[in-house]
Order: sequence, then C-alpha cells, then structure tokens
Amino acid sequence: MTIAPSSRVALFVTCLVDAMRPRVGFAALRALADAGCEVVVPEAQTCCGQPALNSGDRATATDFARRNVAMLEGYDAIVVPSGSCAGTIRCHYPELLADDPQWAARAEAVAAKTWEILAWLDACGWRPEGVTLPATATYHDSCSGLRELGIKAQPRRLLGAVDGLDLMPLAGEETCCGFGGTFCVKYPAISNAIADEKAAAVEASGAGLLLAGDLGCLMNMAGKLHRRGADVRAFHTIEVLAGMADGPAIGEAQ
Amino acid sequence: MSRAFDARVDAALADRQLKIAVERTAGTAEAKRGAAIGAWPSFAAARERAAAIKDHVIANLGAYLVQFEAAATASGATVHWAATADEACAIVVEICRKAGAKSVARSKSMLGEEIGLPHALEAAGIGRVETDLAEHIIQLAGERPSHIIWPAMHKTREQISELFHARHREPHAEESIVAMAASARRQLRGEMLGADVGISGANFLIADSGQICTVTNEGNAELSLVPPRVHIVTAGIEKLVPSMDHAVHLLRLLARSATGAALTQYTTFYAGPKRAGDRDGPEEMHIVLVDNGRSAMRDEGLAEMLRCIRCGACMNHCVVFRQIGGHAYGGTYPGPMGSVLTPALDGLAASRDLPNACTMNGKCQEVCPVAIPLPTLLRGWREKSWREGLEPVTLRSGLGLWAWAARRPWLYRAGVRWAIRAMRLAGRGWIAKLPLAGGWTGGRDFPAPAAESFMDRYRKGER
Repeated sequence: MTIAPSSRVALFVTCLVDAMRPRVGFAALRALADAGCEVVVPEAQTCCGQPALNSGDRATATDFARRNVAMLEGYDAIVVPSGSCAGTIRCHYPELLADDPQWAARAEAVAAKTWEILAWLDACGWRPEGVTLPATATYHDSCSGLRELGIKAQPRRLLGAVDGLDLMPLAGEETCCGFGGTFCVKYPAISNAIADEKAAAVEASGAGLLLAGDLGCLMNMAGKLHRRGADVRAFHTIEVLAGMADGPAIGEAQ
Repeated sequence: MSRAFDARVDAALADRQLKIAVERTAGTAEAKRGAAIGAWPSFAAARERAAAIKDHVIANLGAYLVQFEAAATASGATVHWAATADEACAIVVEICRKAGAKSVARSKSMLGEEIGLPHALEAAGIGRVETDLAEHIIQLAGERPSHIIWPAMHKTREQISELFHARHREPHAEESIVAMAASARRQLRGEMLGADVGISGANFLIADSGQICTVTNEGNAELSLVPPRVHIVTAGIEKLVPSMDHAVHLLRLLARSATGAALTQYTTFYAGPKRAGDRDGPEEMHIVLVDNGRSAMRDEGLAEMLRCIRCGACMNHCVVFRQIGGHAYGGTYPGPMGSVLTPALDGLAASRDLPNACTMNGKCQEVCPVAIPLPTLLRGWREKSWREGLEPVTLRSGLGLWAWAARRPWLYRAGVRWAIRAMRLAGRGWIAKLPLAGGWTGGRDFPAPAAESFMDRYRKGER
C-alpha cells in the first residue's frame, strides 16, 4: 500500500537505540524528514515494555501499554526503528488491554497507526536519493518484524535504491539469531550456540556489511562476528538509507 | 535457570555427535517440508480448515467421545476410560494379566511414553518388544525418546551401528543402513510374532465409525495389531475427529509437515477385533481413552494446544531444539509443543525453564499445520510463573527496578546516563569483558554505547 506522509509523526526511539546507538535515532529523523514527515520525539518516552511482557510480568507490561497509548494517541502515526518494539505496540498492546473497556479501543487505534520505520518509509513511497555506498551487504530478517509485521520486501526495496550497494543472499536469512531479548542473558549458552551458526552464515555470505532492522539482533550478531574475528561490519538499515554508513559501525568507537 | 536444566543444556551443547545427529534429521525434514508445502498452493486454507476441525472437536469433546464409544463398542471393541496416567497404565497391565501375557509387542506411541507405559509393563514383569526401529534402538540403549516422530534422532547411524554390534544376536556384517535394518529385523521379527498382546497408539480416533487410524513408515503398527491374540490401543482423548473425511484432511497436513512426504508408507484404518470369517486379527480389542490433564488444559486456556497432531514440525524448525536436542527438555515431549505441554503434565515449578528458554521468534507457529499460537501459549506459562513467584528473585528485582525507573522519564534518563558511563569505563569500542554481563560477553563482544543518549542529545537540539 502507498500512504501519504502524515503531518505529525511520533518517533518512538526505543530504549536500546536511546542508550546504545543514538545514530539510529538521528538516521531515522533524517530519513523521515526527507520523506516529508513532520517528526516529533515525545519527551516522556522510555520503553515499550517488552522486557516485562516477555518475562511474564503482565501487570507491568499492561501499565507500560497504557502509558504509551496515552502518550502516542495524539499523533497521526507512530514510527519505530525496530520490528520487535513496533510489534509490541501493534500486536501486543491491543491484546494486553483487550479486557479493559476504557483502554481497548484506544490501544487498537494506536496499534493501527504504529509502523516499523522501513515499512513506513516504503509505504510512503520514499526512496533514498543520491545515497551511495559502494559495498556488499547481506540482510537478516529479524523475527518479530518478519512474523508479526510482515516486513520482508520493504527493506530490500529501499536498499535497492542505494547506489553501489550489492545485496548478497544470506543462507537462513529468516532464522532467529539467538538474541531473544532477555533470553540472551538468561540462557547464554543456548543463545551463544545459535548466534555462532548465524555468524557463520553471515561470514559465508561473503558480504562486507550485515544489515537488519533491529538493534538488539544486530548487537548480538555483530558481537559474535567480532568475537569470531570476522571483519563483517554491522549497521541498522536506516543508517544506510540515511547516508550515515560512512560513520562507525556497531562496536566501533562512537 | 534451574541447575538441572542448566546441566542438561551444557551436556547437550558439549555433545558434538548430538549436534550432527539432530542437524542431519531436522535439517532434512526442514528442507523436505519446505518443498512439500511450497508445492501445495492451498496450504494456508488447508491449515485453517485443520485448525477449525480440531477446535470443533475440542469444543464438543463430550459428544464425540460418547459417539466414538458407541461405535467402537458396536464394532466389538471394549472401551476403557482413564482420567490419569496411573489409571491408564493400571488398565493396560490388568488386560495383559488377564490375557496371561508374558510379552507385549508395542508400536511407538507418544501417549504411551507420556503415561509411562514402558516402565509400568516392566514393573509388572511383562516383557516388551518395541516394534518401531527407533524405539528398539532406544530400548537397547536404555534411553528415552528425544523426538516425537524420530525417537532415536539424537543418535548418529554410526552410534547405532556400534549399538547393534554390541547387542544384536546376529549383527550386520556390512556397514549400510539396509544391513543394519536387516539386523534389527532378525532380532525382532520372531519376538514380534510371538507376543501375546499388541499395544499401539492412534493418530486419529474416528467418532462416527469407532475406527482407529495409525500412520507408520515401517508397518510395525500393523505387526503389533494382527498377530497377537489381544490388541490394546491407548490414545489421548484429543485424537478424536468426526469422520474419516476429517482424518484424511489432517493426514495430508501431518505427513507433509513431518517429513515432507505426501503420505506415510503405511496408513491403516481399522475397527474392532477379528470377526467370524476374518482370516486374521486379534480376538480381543481394547481401547483406553486417556485424559491425563487434557480436560484441564481445555478449560484452563490451553485448548489450542489440543489441536496438536504430533508432526514435530515445531521442533524441527526451532533454533533452540536444533542446538540442544530433545533430552535436554526433560519431559516426554520436547521442542516448542513440549514446552507448552510439559508444564501442564509435570507441573510448572519443575519445568519453568521450558517456556522461558525460547527466543519467541515465532517460527514454530508459522510452520504448525494446525496454527497453534505456540509463542502466545508459552507467554501464558511465563505469566503464570511470574504470578506464582517461580521466577528468580534476581530477575524479579532487576525488572522491578527497571520498570520503576522507566515510569519516571527524568529519573530514567539519569539512570541511562549512569549506565552509559559505567559501560564506557569498560571500553570505548568492542568490550570483551563486561562486569555483570558475563552472559553476554562469555561468548560475544559487547559494543560500548555512545557517550550520550539519543534523548539527551535531542533535547540539546541535535538533529
């Protein structure tokens, strides 16, 4: 579908981008502005509540859902540089608040206008113009974006418009990288073994860059690649699209 | 994580033979299933109908059970009801005793494993011949199944060859799969034909005809059915379908999802014992219908799990299962479906790791032929575990502190500033060792954060 860039778009930065890699947030601002969106960064934002949701703390997750629905419902669209955080708002908030008559409809309304950023830019019909990156890259489909939001073709279409970028196939591109949020520290041995296989597949792709749409998965894969001594560099896709892949890759001093 | 689960996981990850064995079988199954589903344009619609059939039966279970009992009784079978695993085993053992059975020929059934039937037969002093090749292998090795359709998946063919050499009367002389199968046949065929009682499971119970449907690739269910004088079927009550038409629909999904084949080698529908004029068949036939927690699952938010047709696709496609294999799960059923079932069967306190040891990637739900929302059901167990205080205190307090701060944006920003400073003390680029984050840096490097958070920089006017 093609939609018109809305006048007032809220950027939900995500807690991980906020604390770990602000460049992803600034790349998002740059691309959204280029697409003609008026972007607002709501000041009260912290986290979507996914750590509580996935730990089974439903009461806390529901509380975060209410807070964020109230914070975000005044905007025309909510754009998130993460498939799993966007998926939390879009798929899980309505579920968490389904039995609350005061909140169910509000959660549904916010969910319906919440977008993962690559899907949003693609739906706006935006393409990066004049962005050049002479490199080979391979793309990992992060699970929540892929299976909760159907994000598959959008990032590839957008990256196809970057001059000089050669996208190479990744064996098992839809296979989980082993991050899984708190899973990666709760069950590190299993997570590590999964990440090892993913890293081996990335290395075998022969690409110089690894791209994806979720910072958590990227940190996991890039951290494993670096531990293995691979020289693959990793960026969030929005950094490439905003022409910011000339800066430090994940793990390089920022 | 619990120490027991931790230890099983560590042992599994250290076992390279296990990894090779699991990858060979699950990898092949994944590729073949992908090809079979890819060549079936109406798969999505077929899956939807399958889920609807199962949901309808589960919602009307009482009526279909009564209908099945009447039809099965009319066919000459005796229907028994077992509320628990112990009751089911007691019924089977009693039938064997009445029949004066010294040995039984058993055809692989996960329900049999679930209720502990092999152990119950042993305790009653009844000899047990496992007719399924893989069950025979694990019986020889004294192990438990590690997969619901390939019980010996954890063993490589090289390991099985050694086992046969050590334990078979006339082991194979030549190292080939055909010769190994012949060795098992020499070992088993006589024992199978001499058994007094045959015991099998059921893939489907057909309500309107009282028929049992089994699928195998070795014909062993038929060998446990026809020669012995008495035949016993043990089946979970969720195996019911209204008619043969429904069973056939589910069969199409079952075989393709399990192995990628259009159909298993043997698909048998039968009802009742030998009738006057029949050339063969058992003189007595008993059907033991087992609840063992299924009614409670239906009534306590796990009704969708009762759709499961035991194809194994969820575990074949699970990144965790592919690393740790089936035994590490510690229950009868491994993988995603097992992580939903085991807390219901064995109690959540003993199995809280299972629903947690999952990345929530959703692949299991994607490949499930009856569209069970496995991640949602796993999350349900996580929530119950949290409510009941079973989650570790470190997690509860850590998450509590985070949530308390994250509801107060200004305090939260201060916390982020502090955390960034602390992390940057450990390094500015890649960090190889981060205090309190050994879980991460044990196997991965950690990228140091930028000097200042996005929100702080944005507030200062950076764009």
